Amino acid sequence: MSQLTVNGIRVDDTFAEAFEMRATALTITAHNAAWARQAAATMTGFATSVIGCGCEAGIDRVLNPDETPDGRPGVRVLLFAVSTNELQKQVQARVGQCVLTSSGSACYAGLEAEERLKLGNAVRFFGDGWQISKRFGDKRYWRIPVMDGEFICDATTGLSRTAVGGGNIIVMGATNETTLAATELAVEAIAAVPNVIMPFPGGIARSGSKVGSKYKGVPASTNDAYCPTLRGASNSALDPDITSVLEIVIDGLTSDSVAAAMRAGVRAILALGPERGALRIGAGNYGGKLGSHHYHLKDLLP
Amino acid sequence: MSPLVFTLRDAPLQRLDLAPLAPDRLVGLSESKIATIQLQTTRERVLAGDVFKIRTGEATQIRFEGGSERFDRIGAGMSQGEVIVDGAVGIQAGRLMQGGRLAIAGNAGPWAASGMTGGILAISGHAGDRLGGPLAGETVGMRGGVVIVRGNAGARAGDRMRRGVIIVEGKADSYVGSRMIAGTIIVGGRVGRLPGYLMNRGTIVTINGSDGLSPTFADSGVHELLATALMARYVETYSREVAATLRRPWRRLLGDMAVIGKGEIFYPSVAN
Repeated sequence: MSQLTVNGIRVDDTFAEAFEMRATALTITAHNAAWARQAAATMTGFATSVIGCGCEAGIDRVLNPDETPDGRPGVRVLLFAVSTNELQKQVQARVGQCVLTSSGSACYAGLEAEERLKLGNAVRFFGDGWQISKRFGDKRYWRIPVMDGEFICDATTGLSRTAVGGGNIIVMGATNETTLAATELAVEAIAAVPNVIMPFPGGIARSGSKVGSKYKGVPASTNDAYCPTLRGASNSALDPDITSVLEIVIDGLTSDSVAAAMRAGVRAILALGPERGALRIGAGNYGGKLGSHHYHLKDLLP
Repeated sequence: MSPLVFTLRDAPLQRLDLAPLAPDRLVGLSESKIATIQLQTTRERVLAGDVFKIRTGEATQIRFEGGSERFDRIGAGMSQGEVIVDGAVGIQAGRLMQGGRLAIAGNAGPWAASGMTGGILAISGHAGDRLGGPLAGETVGMRGGVVIVRGNAGARAGDRMRRGVIIVEGKADSYVGSRMIAGTIIVGGRVGRLPGYLMNRGTIVTINGSDGLSPTFADSGVHELLATALMARYVETYSREVAATLRRPWRRLLGDMAVIGKGEIFYPSVAN
């Protein structure tokens, strides 16, 4: 593969291939920032990949009290799925089981769009007839009585059909320590970009996958071309000096936000340099045949 | 663009139906056409040109210079634009109003905002009885929009209200929110006897208590709820004073248990 070298780091002349997804955003508030984060972390748990979790979800950013509908500390979370029905199912299950149940929480629409998903309209039945609908202007809330007072929830939230899932950066290095250092720095830079999430643990996937498997019924399996321990046995994509590979997967509400996130991540890795960080940067794609969004690494360089 | 101005020539000799002088009906009409619009409510014909000096302007921005308690149904059915009245108005101001803004500098008679479904009605003076209420034979009163009364409201404000928000900065007479179906009523001053009489659902906030509560309301204790914080944020646009008083713990009374009892009255936490 042809490569460029920037600040001593090899950059593959390749692209990340991403797909259109359905997405929504929610604003979760609570008594304090810790409890808002707790509710958000619980509802976005087990949401690393649509392959096995139904949706991909994560925290977009922490909100100041003056940014939330009720004036309390909050967190904005994003959820992505492959279909509107699946996204609706995930919103209902996760808000019902993880936000409604969290002490002092409230949940509001975090995305304004013409198309809507049910939010309070889906979980209000927990109120068993005691729930109250309250409309102020064009906003309709549900007030569901719970044991610490009331759970307040917007009736609906916006649906985006033009969200993008699957932006990615593959970070390759000489040791686990240096590769992780570079990847963590990239995650930190991407976290500052609005409207994107990195759904894997700490924003990082160590088990990048390829489509399909030798086993029947397994939709995805280990990306053997990027497994350093298989070099020599598989059709490896790794140079001899690479012994550790990590991947950052990025989902965003818009294609521009995914591009901005990848740009921020790539630049952070390049700025760190090869001594303390990565030796090489790549990206995952399917030959450009499956996803409609292509992010060429050469376009993201400083 | 300057507004279309109606200047009152003399005090009207009969009650007038001013519903035809709403923006929806006047857009595209010439001054001479507007002058021939009939406003009488008796057999004696009265034309707009007889009552008002008319100064042509943008028909979506209407201004009445001078008011009268005989100005009935002003802004009735309006769905857009703005109507400003410099003085008092009669009955049914903003009746069945769907949108836009109607501002009355003086007092308004009974049934203001009756059956209103949208828009904003602002009354700087006092409002008469049955603010937002239905006329005889109708089953539902106000169904949307916002009413703000800077002065006091008469009896049965929000009678059979279905949706929307009524804010009264002053006092409200007896039976506020009677037979309420849903919606929100907030009263800054003291409320008369039996607020929420036979209310099914909905919210009444009595910031300064009432002259007598029905025994058919159940006390659920004092609570500091997010719902009142959200209410305060919304109300802030219309009345900063009222909004400021909402952010505190309230005694929540559930009722009216004489009917289905799914309504609520927020009462001062220390009863007065």
